[in-house]
Amino acid sequence: MSLSIKDHEIDIVIGALRSDLTSFMSEWRPIFSRFHLIIVKDPDLKEELKIPEGFNLDVYKKPDIDCVVGTSTSTIFSGYSCRYFGYLVSRKKYIISMDDDCYLAKDNKGILVDAVAQHITKLTTPATPFFFNTLYDPFTEGADFVRGYPFSLRSGVQCALSCGLWLNLADYDAPTQALKPEERNSRYVDAVLTVPARSLMPISGINIAFNREVIGPALLPSLRLGGEGKFRWETMEDIWSGMCVKVACDHLGLGVKTGMPYVWRNDRGDAIASLRKEWEGVKLMEEVVPFFQSVRLPREATTTEDCVAEVANVVKEQLGSKDPIFARAAKAMVDWVMLWKSVGSSTSSPGA
Amino acid sequence: MNEPATAIEAAVAASPLHQLKDELDIVIPTIRNLDFLEMWRPFLQPYHLIIVQDGDPSKTIKVPNGFDYELYNRNDIKRILGPKASCISFKDSACRCFGYMVSKKKYIFTIDDDCFVAKDPSGKAINALEQHIKNLLSPSTPFFFNTLYDPFAEGADFVRGYPFSLREGVSTAVSHGLWLNIPDYDAPTQLVKPLERNTRFVDAVLTIPKGTLFPMCGMNLAFDRQLIGPAMYFGLMGEGQPIGRYDDMWAGWCIKVICDHLGLGVKTGLPYIYHSKASNPFVNLRKEYKGIYWQEDIIPFFQQVVLPKDCTTVQKCYIELAKQVKEKLGKIDPYFDKLADAMVTWIQAWDGLNPTSASFSNGKTG
Repeated sequence: MSLSIKDHEIDIVIGALRSDLTSFMSEWRPIFSRFHLIIVKDPDLKEELKIPEGFNLDVYKKPDIDCVVGTSTSTIFSGYSCRYFGYLVSRKKYIISMDDDCYLAKDNKGILVDAVAQHITKLTTPATPFFFNTLYDPFTEGADFVRGYPFSLRSGVQCALSCGLWLNLADYDAPTQALKPEERNSRYVDAVLTVPARSLMPISGINIAFNREVIGPALLPSLRLGGEGKFRWETMEDIWSGMCVKVACDHLGLGVKTGMPYVWRNDRGDAIASLRKEWEGVKLMEEVVPFFQSVRLPREATTTEDCVAEVANVVKEQLGSKDPIFARAAKAMVDWVMLWKSVGSSTSSPGA
Repeated sequence: MNEPATAIEAAVAASPLHQLKDELDIVIPTIRNLDFLEMWRPFLQPYHLIIVQDGDPSKTIKVPNGFDYELYNRNDIKRILGPKASCISFKDSACRCFGYMVSKKKYIFTIDDDCFVAKDPSGKAINALEQHIKNLLSPSTPFFFNTLYDPFAEGADFVRGYPFSLREGVSTAVSHGLWLNIPDYDAPTQLVKPLERNTRFVDAVLTIPKGTLFPMCGMNLAFDRQLIGPAMYFGLMGEGQPIGRYDDMWAGWCIKVICDHLGLGVKTGLPYIYHSKASNPFVNLRKEYKGIYWQEDIIPFFQQVVLPKDCTTVQKCYIELAKQVKEKLGKIDPYFDKLADAMVTWIQAWDGLNPTSASFSNGKTG
């Protein structure tokens, strides 16, 4: 029952936070070479990017970003948020995005995981958010809906977002990794599952894919921590964005899947150093989660842009006074919707 | 992984620990024999069994030597419950819930007599009971989904973005295990895919989020009787009833609504058992067919149920649920009227046999 996807409908977006992408690109070459890539250089990165030859790609750097959105706006794309620029300027239906410190993982049989293909499969088979299937993804080979699963719910809904996972360095926060410095994720869980409707989760931006046509505007740079840095332990932007996406998907009747594919995430950074520098994010989640759990979008919000604008409104009303970071996030969301409407519908010239 | 473990493989995998030996009963419904227990011996022999014999009470069920057990047939059930025995199904494995009622232990593990010891991908025999105990003794996390599944598993934790205030979790009331080989499909699926076997070993335990319903299978299930026991009624099935194979489903929807209300957790995933027998799909179809179209109304009913704040015990929640079943599902078929009455009878019978639990409250409301 899956839709068929053509290679030319996909963009692979990489946010470059390191200048030397040689080993990253070389490792992924067998999988990436079929696709068009968008590489967005972190505007704060001073060194020249080193990218191997032989890829079909467009590279965007600070001057290109400035050109498209203006110099005052381009600051929203600093750090890990640089990839959102790639989402903005892409003209493809599907986007697959991963951090530049992710490599190919191996499955339980020792076979290299084609993360791109697995994300595509997830996006092109239905999601089942209204009732939990105990054998996980019923559209997987060798599985199905179990006894007791209502037949009217078996056609499922469109899957808008596919979240992948990570072997080796899992996406833990700084306190957790600092407490368990040796802990590495070695458990390969052979499953894909739909995250149930109205259940929220921390959506990590490290390894994701989405249907840009359907949910694009909801992946947005808006929550920026005071001490936001160049390690994932020092950001919450993707977690915030992920909450917006899930709320929008739940409201619009779209699905979010999690599980495979796995990528291998290299060791990078020092959790204790990050913890000393930045713990604001951890504290903020105590407000963020109950807030998003309580958000109810009005019937009139029928598009993703509507949903984002509504959430921004509620953020401003309910969280804006608690911490200026939320007031800024709300404004950033409103600005993003306008930016998406203007830039999303015009063509931009690719950088060199 | 495609065959069950042998008794020797199980013996090799057994640990001397046998946790909760005096606090857990194993409830097994049967109409034939309990030979399957031979394979489970290294894992299960230290535990007390409650065998619920369905069908002809004059038949003798052979229990393998060395197991400590109590056995109840239909005559025993009638003798113990009197007129309230009407709530216990006959000629259906739903009768197993009598075992839950009559147990005096804190925990129950229930398993079908065609379930054998499975092997993990490394070939090691899986001690399903040990895993269920791990699941029950560690917290659940129903309020926010952890993308690395059970954060209390070895080698896992809560991911970035998971609020610290939710990391303590809540008590786990139910541990729902899975099955390799013959999957738990309904009759239509069985007819379309008679040869499909579940060979995928998913190395995960996860909490089913609050507000989400699931199809609970009674083949490989464990629960905390003190936390949720009175809600584990397996309904009216079998002889004289218009429906079968919805006993565990019904219990699963009831317990999930009540667990969500009381702030208790339900886990699913590991452990796996090896399910050896595929039941006849034509027989199954006849049993299930009403359920297949009734569930289209039953599911929305359970999804919309709201239990009042003053329902602070499982029994109160269950009685309230019975009331709402009668009001809202009674119009679909008179069966639901009968079922609602049987749910009340069940609670009366439960409280009769378990007098101290009548005043038990876990003090939490959802």
